[in-house]
Amino acid sequence: MKKLIALIIAFSPIAVAAQNDSVMYGNEKMNVVIGVITIIFIGLGAYLFSLDRKIKKLEDEK
Amino acid sequence: MKGLPYKIAGLLLILFSLTYGLWSEVPELPIVEQSIRNLFYHVSMWFAMVAMMAASFGNAIGFLSSENMVRDRRSISLAETGMFFSFMGLLTGMLWAKFTWGAWWTNDPKLNGTAITMLIYLAYFVLRNSIDDPRKRARISSVYNIFAFVMMIVFIGILPRMTDSLHPGNGGNPGFNSYDLDNRLRLVFYPAVLGWILVGTWIASLRYRIRNLEE
Repeated sequence: MKKLIALIIAFSPIAVAAQNDSVMYGNEKMNVVIGVITIIFIGLGAYLFSLDRKIKKLEDEK
Repeated sequence: MKGLPYKIAGLLLILFSLTYGLWSEVPELPIVEQSIRNLFYHVSMWFAMVAMMAASFGNAIGFLSSENMVRDRRSISLAETGMFFSFMGLLTGMLWAKFTWGAWWTNDPKLNGTAITMLIYLAYFVLRNSIDDPRKRARISSVYNIFAFVMMIVFIGILPRMTDSLHPGNGGNPGFNSYDLDNRLRLVFYPAVLGWILVGTWIASLRYRIRNLEE
């Protein structure tokens, strides 16, 4: 649940920007590419955090 | 989670370089044109690699002076992460070279020096895997690590600067600094380097913790 909320908060600026046509269509649609890169990178970061948590759990069990 | 601030800081710094690095104004340069933005991504791979290898080298010395196996596990984890960055740097560099220098690979001293450096580090991993006794492995590979680090400095830091090189700042070429003095480039480049070093440290720490669990 906490993870979900964190993800929603992380993606919300993109969602807000995506509602705004002048932002997403501006800059020759380069902003769309930047949005895609941002989404992939946030996903990658979230994945690193989940790995970190899994290892933590294993360490606690030991 | 331990070290949460530096992990988040690292991710945010990279995210800044990925987004603002494409928005920002860059100097107009012949030949490289917009691809100057690769400075933020390609070059930061190498900076991260050198930082990882330097930390690995420090831990190798730490192991030799303390005989503490923890230092050896840190040393190998950092070297593995550094190797990852060097492969990324090499591949991105090849793509960049193709469209600015006209070939995937040139006989530039920096490229060949990097290739030798990577082979030296690959030999380090082979050496480690060939010794079964953990203490012996740690001792021999730590000594080799010192050799490998010194060779890396010679091959990518010193030799390319003494001969002709296509890389900026080498062999009489001006560095990036003198082109267009680019505070605009620096504003993205330095955060990118710092961000990748922080995230690289994080990845190395994950590898180190897995190694601890395996013991």
